[in-house]
Amino acid sequence: MEKKDSSSQISENVSHATTGDAQIVPQNMGKLNSSSSELDLDRPNLEDYLPIGSIPEPRGKLRLRDFLDISPTLTEAAGAIVDDSFTRCFKSNPPEPWNWNIYLFPLWCFGVVIRYGVLFPVRVLVLTIGWIIFLSSFIPVHFLLKGHDKLRKKMERILVELICSFFVASWTGVVKYHGPRPSMRPKQVFVANHTSMIDFIILEQITAFAVIMQKHPGWVGLLQSTILESVGCIWFNRSEAKDREIVARKLREHVVGVDNNPLLIFPEGTCVNNHYTVMFKKGAFELGCTVCPIAIKYNKIFVDAFWNSKKQSFTMHLLQLMTSWAVVCDVWYLEPQNLKPGETPIEFAERVRDIISVRAGIKKVPWDGYLKYSRPSPKHRERKQQSFAESVLRRLEEK
Amino acid sequence: MGSASSLLTQYDIEEVQEHCNKIFSQQEIVSLYQRFCQLDRNAKGFISADEFLSVPEFAMNPLSQRLLKMVDGLNFKDFVAFLSAFSAKASMHQKIELIFKVYDSDCNGKVSFNDILEVLQDLSGSFMSDEQREQVLSQVLQEAGYSRGSYLLLDDFVKVFGKSGLKMEVEVPVD
Repeated sequence: MEKKDSSSQISENVSHATTGDAQIVPQNMGKLNSSSSELDLDRPNLEDYLPIGSIPEPRGKLRLRDFLDISPTLTEAAGAIVDDSFTRCFKSNPPEPWNWNIYLFPLWCFGVVIRYGVLFPVRVLVLTIGWIIFLSSFIPVHFLLKGHDKLRKKMERILVELICSFFVASWTGVVKYHGPRPSMRPKQVFVANHTSMIDFIILEQITAFAVIMQKHPGWVGLLQSTILESVGCIWFNRSEAKDREIVARKLREHVVGVDNNPLLIFPEGTCVNNHYTVMFKKGAFELGCTVCPIAIKYNKIFVDAFWNSKKQSFTMHLLQLMTSWAVVCDVWYLEPQNLKPGETPIEFAERVRDIISVRAGIKKVPWDGYLKYSRPSPKHRERKQQSFAESVLRRLEEK
Repeated sequence: MGSASSLLTQYDIEEVQEHCNKIFSQQEIVSLYQRFCQLDRNAKGFISADEFLSVPEFAMNPLSQRLLKMVDGLNFKDFVAFLSAFSAKASMHQKIELIFKVYDSDCNGKVSFNDILEVLQDLSGSFMSDEQREQVLSQVLQEAGYSRGSYLLLDDFVKVFGKSGLKMEVEVPVD
């Protein structure tokens, strides 16, 4: 089943103009993933997660009243308008105002002066020094040690970890790491929940992970293609179907390499506000490797670390962090997990998501994070239509 | 450091309350206002069809296109008025009226055989054939004492739904 599933998806990705929705097989449409969107090489299937039968099924003879009664569907629609769990995942949390009274206000003003007038310049200085040290050693290492691959890789690894530590220092990152530090060995991938690009920096300062990341524009993109490439990071463009295939291939090649840096994947595929986890893409879970979950929980006491990429550029996000008192967070390296016999990659992904959500104390929601960028495919609606049609037809026969 | 709620004065809230026949409490209106602002991404003062569709749970609804015709471009007062039919405090009549409006897409005050057929088509998609739909519909209409050619008025809807309760309630989250 799995084999067939993925191959049908790839072929569809090649010719993604086909509207594959018409050929849904009624008896087993939960498993056969056929959507026309080009984004979903490893898009999980919503139906596998949503509770089945949200509309209670009436029984007995069909009357006009039952027929005209569209209230369950309307109620669902109105419920979604009033509140929906998807939007909540990506809501920035405004800071709790505490400067509201006359005694606290001067104190707050004093804090602002310190944060912007003292802390911020100091941090900019720290970061600049960091960059100078980093560049002045990275460039020679990169070009002079061409012949000594092993040594060069090791040096570059250390330097990338170093610059990340400077970044963490630049927002006074108070990070508590729990559990064993990752070691380098083949056939394992690390997966973590994703709140902001700083997740990557925080994890990178301890271990030089190779990460799968979306290609960014601007200076971040420049860093990606020059420096991070050297630790084996893999880039893709979210909207390019061809990229996804290449990434899938690179992934498989990377995990078997002995001397490669450990692989880090954020299977949510998008930043979530650290109160919720959205569905994990199954890509990381079908490599046949040991999956080591990492849970990251930010403490919002000083600043909200959620990067709302639609509202804020990454530079603004960093400035916000650099003008706050501190970024406080906990990182847990959790028990490695393997695919159990008889478990599908989706079930495996869900199990790992469970482990991470429980440890970090965040809620699971049955949504695909990519819905931020695209509309849900028509098959979700078809599922509802099918159950409606079936119930009508069944009741017609009953009489 | 004000949040959205502080932008509404008592007057504003009372005005909105009048508009929805006092079905929502002040707290609920404040919550709805926050939600409204959240959905109205471009802060235009109304919610466009596209913004409604950005809520996946709504976009997946079989009746979403039909509902969009009713809710597209609503300002806050009408947004609240629309949702008030889903309150537990709303009368049975108000709920039936809303359902009637969903059926009556051309707003001529009567629902024809074809109007019902269209809704049925939205609800069942490709999983029922046109013949099946027509057959089922004529049959239930006949059993209820109507024919293919008859138009249903709001009063007919009231009669058909009768006294038995209608489960159509959405709770507004208040924090």
